[in-house]
Amino acid sequence: MSTPKLDVRTLSVSFGPAHHATRVVHDVSFSIAPGEAYGLVGESGCGKSTILRAISGLNSAWTGAIALDGKALAPRRTLEQHRRVQMVFQDPFGSLHPRHTIDAILAEPLAIHGLDDRNGRVQRALEQVGLGGAFRFRFPHQLSGGQRQRVAIARAMILEPRLLLLDEPTSALDVSIQAEVLNLLEDLRRDRGLTYLLVSHDLAVVAHMCERVGVMRQGRLLEECTADDLRAGRVREAYTKRFLAASEGYDRAMARQWDTLDEERIA
Amino acid sequence: MIAPALLSVEDLHVRFDTPHGEVAAVRGVSFDVGRERVGLVGESGSGKSMTGRAILRLTPPMARVSAARLSLEGEDLRAASPARMRAIRGRRISMVQQDPKFSLNPVMRVGDQVAESFLVHHRASKRVARERTLDMLAQVRIRDPKRVYDLYPHEVSGGMGQRIMIAMMLIPEPALLIADEPTSALDVTVRTQVLAILDDLVSSRGLGLLFISHDLNLVSTFCDRVLVMYAGRIVEQCAASELRQARHPYTRGLLDSLPKLDAPRPRLPVLVRDPAWRDA
Repeated sequence: MSTPKLDVRTLSVSFGPAHHATRVVHDVSFSIAPGEAYGLVGESGCGKSTILRAISGLNSAWTGAIALDGKALAPRRTLEQHRRVQMVFQDPFGSLHPRHTIDAILAEPLAIHGLDDRNGRVQRALEQVGLGGAFRFRFPHQLSGGQRQRVAIARAMILEPRLLLLDEPTSALDVSIQAEVLNLLEDLRRDRGLTYLLVSHDLAVVAHMCERVGVMRQGRLLEECTADDLRAGRVREAYTKRFLAASEGYDRAMARQWDTLDEERIA
Repeated sequence: MIAPALLSVEDLHVRFDTPHGEVAAVRGVSFDVGRERVGLVGESGSGKSMTGRAILRLTPPMARVSAARLSLEGEDLRAASPARMRAIRGRRISMVQQDPKFSLNPVMRVGDQVAESFLVHHRASKRVARERTLDMLAQVRIRDPKRVYDLYPHEVSGGMGQRIMIAMMLIPEPALLIADEPTSALDVTVRTQVLAILDDLVSSRGLGLLFISHDLNLVSTFCDRVLVMYAGRIVEQCAASELRQARHPYTRGLLDSLPKLDAPRPRLPVLVRDPAWRDA
């Protein structure tokens, strides 16, 4: 078997002081083959974004093992390790600096990593995501949500990473724009041989983008299945079945069946 | 179903004057809502929320609203005085907003907030208001109303917060409920539960519901009728069950561009907007 692009073993993340820490991710293990797209789905608070932040190096308080291309990643990363793993965030309205031009936004990672040919790289990154040079000296507020998300993708791509972490990349966008961004991500993966780890609460998006899916609940990886299994409803856990049913739309009979009170708890 | 229209809107316009000239957010919208669930769908900026707000006269001060007719059970809302509108808001038409985190008062116990909504419209003692509130909280299927009454908004989950919002909006017993993306901030399994509550209340109380949403799938399974908005106009209306057979290219395009669990496709069709849709 070839070395997985990303291998996560018994990853746990806790927040808070040691004597009463809250554990939000419990012993999660999965691996992603090179060129594969892997989806993590779950409802809010299940720990899916926390896993991404641990892998990206944004959160260093984790235990377990994370390996990229067979080499273990420490909680503190080297510059080169950061370069190979880039992240696209959920909200294109919050993730771009409002007072920086698109040019400055894209040039910043180049400056941090000391890469040459900044002009050419910025130009190519914009073209890659389907934005022309005309966008280069605009500010984020002059762009639509879909265009901003393209800039966010360009910023992640400009360092030529091997693994892209996508945190709900389309949940803030309208469906017609979502289709454009998903197509763009699909093209980039194919053309550049990228590996994706996609986090989403939308089962349809995950099944569309990914070959394999991990379903999370309350910090644990409940089950793993292929996108085809998910489409066919071949899932093991009752929770996944319910999640699937609820994603299809509203069904009064279904709503009745459920214990409507089981989610009621103090947040 | 031929029910007398609860709400009747004809040729509604909402315009804004900007330094770059006039911007029309809503351009000639007409529809009726009876004792039924009507879905108003469209993408961001299509004017669907502005339509809901214009009905309640909650548009920003610089907005210019005009309509050939805007009536609630025969009463002309255009001619209503500000005092009359305050009596109508909440009591006869109420509105559930998207995110309970922002629409609940963070420093007031949730039960007191629901009771306040009752006391504004009814002459009653605090004790009666409390009883009515506990009863209402039970109706939105909160298991232990006495405990929940004394919680603050940060102590409740999103789904429970939205149920509290619904309780607050329904306790004055309005005739029409406008729900603006009431479940967009919620997880899908919680969403089903909140919708089931709305569904039951609409049918048991004979409430009219205007359900504003961007989610075509959801609206087609939850509502009776669907109005599709594009660039400030209603471009298509149909029975919710027939949304899959929608005729307008915009509606078709939107439905097409959704990833589907039951029909995998290598690429998603991208919506190509036709300038003619703006005026069609």
